[in-house]
Amino acid sequence: MSRESILHRVRTAVGRTEDQPIPEPPPVRLRIPQVDREARLQSVRRSLEALAAKVHFAVTPRAARDLVETLLAGRNAVASNAPYLSECGVANLPGVRTGFRDAAELREACTAALVGITSADYVLADTGTLVLLSSNSEARLISLLPPAHIAVVPSSRMLTGLDELFTVLPSPADASSSMVLITGPSRTGDIEQILVRGVHGPGELTVVLVG
Amino acid sequence: MSLEFDRKIHEALSNQKLQLKIYANTGRMKEGREASVAPDVLPDYQELRSQANALKRHAIDHLDHYLEEFERNAEARGGKVFWAKDATEVADFILSLAREREARLIVKSKSMTTEEVDLNERLEHHGLEAVETDLGEYIMQLAGERPFHIVGPALHKDRYDVADIFEKHLGIGRETVIENQAAIARARLRAKFLAADLGISGANFLVADSGAVVLVENEGNARLTTTAPRIHVAVAGIEKVIPRAQDLAVFLKLLARSATGQALSVYTSFLSGPRRRGEIDGPEEFYVVLVDNGRTRLLPDRGKRQSLYCIRCGACLNTCPVYRRIGGHSFPWVYAGPIGAILTPQFLGTAHEPALPFASSLCGACAEVCPVKIDIPKVLLELRHEVRRSEAREKRGGAAVRLERLAFRVFAWLATHPRAYRLAAPLGVALLPARLRERFGIDEPPARSFRQLWSRR
Amino acid sequence: MADRVSLFVTCVVDQLFPNIGLAMTTVLERLGYTVDFPESQTCCGQPAFNNGYWAEARTIARHFLDTFETCGRIVVPSGSCTAMVVNHFVELFRKEPETLARVDSLRQRIWEFSAFLTDVAGVEDVGARFEEVVTFHDGCHALRELGIGSGPRRLLARVRGLELRELAPAGECCGFGGTFSVKFEELSTAMAAAKADAIMRTGANAVVSLDPSCLMQIRGALARAGAPVRILHLAEVLASA
Repeated sequence: MSRESILHRVRTAVGRTEDQPIPEPPPVRLRIPQVDREARLQSVRRSLEALAAKVHFAVTPRAARDLVETLLAGRNAVASNAPYLSECGVANLPGVRTGFRDAAELREACTAALVGITSADYVLADTGTLVLLSSNSEARLISLLPPAHIAVVPSSRMLTGLDELFTVLPSPADASSSMVLITGPSRTGDIEQILVRGVHGPGELTVVLVG
Repeated sequence: MSLEFDRKIHEALSNQKLQLKIYANTGRMKEGREASVAPDVLPDYQELRSQANALKRHAIDHLDHYLEEFERNAEARGGKVFWAKDATEVADFILSLAREREARLIVKSKSMTTEEVDLNERLEHHGLEAVETDLGEYIMQLAGERPFHIVGPALHKDRYDVADIFEKHLGIGRETVIENQAAIARARLRAKFLAADLGISGANFLVADSGAVVLVENEGNARLTTTAPRIHVAVAGIEKVIPRAQDLAVFLKLLARSATGQALSVYTSFLSGPRRRGEIDGPEEFYVVLVDNGRTRLLPDRGKRQSLYCIRCGACLNTCPVYRRIGGHSFPWVYAGPIGAILTPQFLGTAHEPALPFASSLCGACAEVCPVKIDIPKVLLELRHEVRRSEAREKRGGAAVRLERLAFRVFAWLATHPRAYRLAAPLGVALLPARLRERFGIDEPPARSFRQLWSRR
Repeated sequence: MADRVSLFVTCVVDQLFPNIGLAMTTVLERLGYTVDFPESQTCCGQPAFNNGYWAEARTIARHFLDTFETCGRIVVPSGSCTAMVVNHFVELFRKEPETLARVDSLRQRIWEFSAFLTDVAGVEDVGARFEEVVTFHDGCHALRELGIGSGPRRLLARVRGLELRELAPAGECCGFGGTFSVKFEELSTAMAAAKADAIMRTGANAVVSLDPSCLMQIRGALARAGAPVRILHLAEVLASA
């Protein structure tokens, strides 16, 4: 079997025997800087606006709901099952379909929708990155198929950056089969290095931080 | 060098339009990188590079351990790992899987490893439709060409080239506006994503402690490829393995910056297995194909083993004065630029293109920008030595090679016999071809050498 | 001994640019050093090494070791030749522990010319005057292998009357690369042409560098471009008074 022959070749090449213990890997020191809430908010705004994403702050969940209604501007949307979206009342805005549990139905809804609305498990302040773990509350296609994506996230979920993410979540695979880090709207420069957004993920990204 | 290599270089250098395109496009990425790793922007940059190098060194030096750990963890989460020793086994595995699952349409996200093993060709030969979904790769697939650059596969094409390609291969009217071209590709590929039975991705990293595949991209085509179809197959070289999820805190800070100058790419996916109970969407089946295809041949040599640290950022291509002039298609294999110059002879043997390790002025710019600190010039020098040794051993190369070897032997003798050297050196200069002397402005060498002038002091 | 230095002029300087050797001597003597020239010197072995002929390179390197065995301080008007000795002799003699010990000793006694001035002599003002607009070309070996970049600029900054304009793009190879310039002539010429263009854009009258082979390559490119720009080694600028 190739498995055995490959492993054998590797061991011979690096001078190891089967089951030989290994030394500790080089340490990776995760440094979490001291950044206050206000600075994190500003950092998220700065990073995302530089990427042509939009950032809004809503003081209350109710304000978030009103804001999202305005942002939707009548477009039909699919919202994830994230409890936070229900809490805000975003999930039952007019034109928003939610509660999908079946993959095929979800896919069809996402294909037709103009906006996908999700929450996020974390936001990384230094890069404005949304962290989404796939679960019964968050389906993957919602932040991927529709041409626009709105994420409504409590500001308490802001982390300083990657180091903090891997500190609070050292084993993402334990939490979900899919963790995706989203930093800005989909883009490509594949033709003449001219930036085009929305190929293939959402070309429009709006992050609403609440509270 | 082979006539082919010589010809391709000449063609590239003679093509003014191409020269401007490559230089400008790589220049943009180069400048992006420089700005994003400047000391005031990323103060830890050099420390991160050292850490990345140390992590890769550790992973590769204990590769068997980490491959087994990866396999264990991937399978514990419902994935299946297949070990492929060569290109044929990769294709055979996917073909038999496709057959068993009655999969006919396949979508692919960017994977140099699948280029390496010519996967698409084999799949198409067996009646499967395998569509590249990265915009640049899609364009190149339509054009029937190999990718030009690791990060920007269609770097050398302008909007008019793309208009031609779309017109010819998609049967549509001529469209030269880039945004519209992208929209056309988006629409076409959307249909493919949603209809595909199987999605094939590469892997930027294989995380051993998680059994996870990490995909780094800007478009979202890798996400779609690995989310929409019911089967996901990740094809990855065995050298992609890193020990722990937290190691990504080092690598992710370097990869996008080194490639394009972005702090992070738009999407980074960390995928560990098929859809779990409770999760609403995602693939039902998850396979990882671990590919050897010659990598184990690069492992034994401790000096050259570092060639396997590469995280495919493309920084060396963007900074190399040679690549920036001759472009990706001048290189004999799928990997181009400085990394291509050291991988190709090690994978395919130095005899494949003996001149390749010499197609460098050894300026060292590549080593300076490599996020994992591969000492590319050092490996090039070792490969040059290897070329000479095999030429001598196998009596290869013809008269020109024998003459060169003789010339260096003679020079070595002269250099160890100072009196003879003193007499022979000016003679040597005088005997240089006139063209060379003119080119370097030494057609009238000084009347007296330094040592002659010195003795007169 | 304290004020004695030995010259390794390099084959290129010996045969093609003897004035650089003389200029270097002038500067060193002006600073109070007694300069000697070990007569048995020839080559550092870089061309053989770079071309993969390591057995031949070792032969030449051994001769180098013998020639400079008893020299307390060796100064070299070339970044690439210095880098060869400092960085690559260890690779050549990987399997010869006794020779490696000699290499180790030698590596600590040899400097590229500008580095000798700034790091050993500890000077930046060598009493030079050169009233011209010049630009500076960083040779790749000096820049990347030896980390020499600010030193030559500090030295040039103290040259009376000299105006230094930086090249853009900075740090790009001139395309010489030894036999690369012959084996990949068209490519090498293209790289040289780009360098010449950059030089001309500065409006400088002269281009200064630490490496004679770079200067030689650049001279050819400037001539082909019809540009009336001179090439000068740093030593020649510093020797001017």
